[in-house]
Amino acid sequence: MDEKINLTLNIWRQESANAKGDFEQFKVSVSPHASILEMLDEINNNLEREGKIPIAFESDCREGICGTCGLVVNGHPHGPIPKQATCQLHMRNFKDGETLYIEPFRATPFKLIKDLIVDRSGFDSIQQAGGYISFNTGSAPDANNIPISKQIANLALDAAECIGCGACVAACKNSSAMLFVGAKVSQFALLPQGQPERYDRVEKMVIAMDEAGFGSCTNTYACEAECPKGISVSNIARMNRDYLKSTLISK
Amino acid sequence: MGWLSERLSSSIGKKIIMALTGLLLILFLIIHLLNNLLLYVGPEMFNENVARLEAIKPLVRVIEIALALLFALHIFNALKLWYENKKANPNKYAVDASSENSTVFSRSMVITGVTIGIFLVIHLATFWRTFNFGAHPTDGRHPFYAIIQDAFANPFIALFYFIVMIVLGFHLKHAFQSAFQTMGWRHPKYTPIVEKIGTAIAIIMAVGFASIPIFFYISSLGGK
Repeated sequence: MDEKINLTLNIWRQESANAKGDFEQFKVSVSPHASILEMLDEINNNLEREGKIPIAFESDCREGICGTCGLVVNGHPHGPIPKQATCQLHMRNFKDGETLYIEPFRATPFKLIKDLIVDRSGFDSIQQAGGYISFNTGSAPDANNIPISKQIANLALDAAECIGCGACVAACKNSSAMLFVGAKVSQFALLPQGQPERYDRVEKMVIAMDEAGFGSCTNTYACEAECPKGISVSNIARMNRDYLKSTLISK
Repeated sequence: MGWLSERLSSSIGKKIIMALTGLLLILFLIIHLLNNLLLYVGPEMFNENVARLEAIKPLVRVIEIALALLFALHIFNALKLWYENKKANPNKYAVDASSENSTVFSRSMVITGVTIGIFLVIHLATFWRTFNFGAHPTDGRHPFYAIIQDAFANPFIALFYFIVMIVLGFHLKHAFQSAFQTMGWRHPKYTPIVEKIGTAIAIIMAVGFASIPIFFYISSLGGK
């Protein structure tokens, strides 16, 4: 068994959206092999054993693809290690004696539910506004029936890597959702299947984004730096381009 | 035209206004700097050029009105965006990691912009007003050149202009490539070139404009 590391944790506790929140300090001794979520599980086990209320946080797949987990660790959404989700953040990345601040994603459109859980349904309303394509059902089409160059397919799949976790909004000084919306617009705009609704889609999704209360883009690119999937800001440029074009060509 | 104002008031629309007005203002700055650099060629050259502009005053006035509109749009939209973005994100994290994920230039656009805005008011109320409506020195020196000579002999005015011009460089460092990104003009081949041009513009503007008050202040010490 490896040596454990000692950490001082300041974890955000808040009963509800309108209650006053504050950091609660925990001194823990944790295995470097544990992920940060496993560490929280351990703390919660102890809290429950003592009859106290466990820390509320979200997680699902715990393998970095569902986008459910999302904590801000020392000012970084998903922690200080680039291109990985919170669930993949292992405690070996921290030094013995270090102090960590663990907070929820902070943004007005992400209303806090409890402790480290926020309501990201603003993303759902954006997706419902235009994050779909139309196609005929029936028997499954043959693979590669529609020729798409490898280069374009790569770009579309890179955009489709977005797991909708909300780290871009959490990292942005304006709480802008443009990296998320840019990725969702791009994954369809790049492919033939996405063309029928292309300009309609960007218009509807941008309206939904503004209505949900997300900010605008100052092009600081903090979103790209913090994104667990490394989604490129060139997707924002594509969305802007399509939005401008839809403004000029829509009837 | 309802569709246009509706589109331009969206989050992306407002940024498009920022980008387009910003790019046009950079064009103005380039012309302004070229004009100012004539100061280094000599008093005659500078004076002659001002006289040439005086000769086409009606056209200059039209351009000035266009510039005033550009500035007004740029500033009005910036303040609106700033207010909305503050509303979208009022809370700060306990640990500020912003220096690790973004540049200081991009994060300080509001501060540098407001500084330049305040400077603009002062600059118009002093130099622009004196050039257009003020009393010109009549001691035999080239009058327009002499106005600048006299103003920058004051170390406080010279220092103020120097500092604000460096701030302008900070603003432009982010502004140029940011405008291209907002317009969607991004391409793996050209974006690196745009970034380099933006940095060059920022440095040339800052050094070009900031050197003038320093030059005149040091010259004034020489007892000219």
